Amino acid sequence: MTQQQNTNTDFEVRSLDAMCVNESKLEHKWYHNIKYIIVGILFGIIFVKAEIVSWFRIQEMFRLQSFHMYGVIGSAIAVGLTSVLIIKKFKIKTIYGEAITFSPKTFNKGQIYGGLLFGFGWAITGACPGPLFAQIGTGATVIIITLLSAIAGTWLYGLLREKLPH
Amino acid sequence: MIELIKQPWPWYIAGPLIGLTVPALLIIGNKSFGISSSLRHLCAACIPANIPFFKYDWKKEIWNLFFVLGILIGGAVAINLLANPQPIDVNPKLVQELTEYGITNYSNLVPVDILNWESLFTLKGFLLMVVGGFLVGFGTRYAGGCTSGHAIMGLSTLQWPSLVATVFFMVGGFLMANFILPIILSL
Repeated sequence: MTQQQNTNTDFEVRSLDAMCVNESKLEHKWYHNIKYIIVGILFGIIFVKAEIVSWFRIQEMFRLQSFHMYGVIGSAIAVGLTSVLIIKKFKIKTIYGEAITFSPKTFNKGQIYGGLLFGFGWAITGACPGPLFAQIGTGATVIIITLLSAIAGTWLYGLLREKLPH
Repeated sequence: MIELIKQPWPWYIAGPLIGLTVPALLIIGNKSFGISSSLRHLCAACIPANIPFFKYDWKKEIWNLFFVLGILIGGAVAINLLANPQPIDVNPKLVQELTEYGITNYSNLVPVDILNWESLFTLKGFLLMVVGGFLVGFGTRYAGGCTSGHAIMGLSTLQWPSLVATVFFMVGGFLMANFILPIILSL
C-alpha cells in the first residue's frame, strides 16, 4: 500500500469545517473586501456597545445571573433564521447577481469534545474569537497574547487532527 | 441622539443587529457568517508547516480576515467615540463573588485586575490568558466553529450538528465558570 496521499484536499478539507466554501466564480479586485471591513466595524461597535465582549457579562451568563446574553444570542438567531428563510423563499441573489448557497454541516464527535473545550475557554477568557479582536481594539493590549494563544491552539489542532477522535 | 447611543445597548437592539449580519454577508458576497475560521486562515497564511489542514488557498477566504480587522477597528471606534462613562453594571451577586478574588475594577470590558501584562507571568494569569486562549482556538476548530459559525449561522440554517455544538459550548462554559474558574481565580 502506498503511503502517498493526495495533499491537495483544498475543497474537501475546507468543507469539513464551519467555514465559507462558496466558490465564487467572480474575480474581484482587493478593494471589494472593504465592504467586509465595514460590516466588521459595525459588528465590532455592536459587540462593545452591547457589552457582549465584556468578561463580566459572560460570567453572568454562565452563572444564570443575567438574561442579557441569552436575549442577544436568541434574538440574533431569530433574525438570522428569518432572513435565511426569506433569502431561500425569494431566491435572493448577491449584489453581483450570484445565487446564494448554503453548505450543510456534518456531524462528528468534534462538536462534542471541541464544543466542551471551547466552552471552557469561553468561560475563562470571557470571549469567543470575535470578541478577542474587539477587546484588543478597545485597548486591552494583553489580549493579543490570548489571541496568539488561540492561533497556536488552532495550529495544534491542525497538527493533531488525524489523531483526534472525530 | 448621541447620548442615547453612548448608553449600553439593550439585548433587543444588539441581538437583531447581530442577526442581520447573516443576510448582510450572504448578500454582499455569498459569505457564511463565521469568525473562528479567521484563526485557521492566519495559520494557513503564516505557519502552514506542510500540515494538510492548512494547505488550502487561504487567499480565497481573505474576506474573513478583512472582517475581523473590521471588528478590531469597530472596538476602537466604540470605545473612543461612543464610550459609556459609567462602569459596567453587574449583578450584585457576581460583584460579591468577584470581590473575594480581588476583582473590583469595572471600568473596562475586561477585568484589568486579573487580565494585565504583569499578571501574565503569574500562574493565574497564565491559566486565564494563555491556557484560556489556547482552549478557545483549539476547541473552536475541533468543533468546527464558534458562537457565530455554529450558534448563530448554524442554527439560523437549522443544522442539528450546530445545535449539538452550541449545547456543548454552554455545558463547558457552565462547568468552567461555576466549578473550575473559582479555583483558578483563588490562586
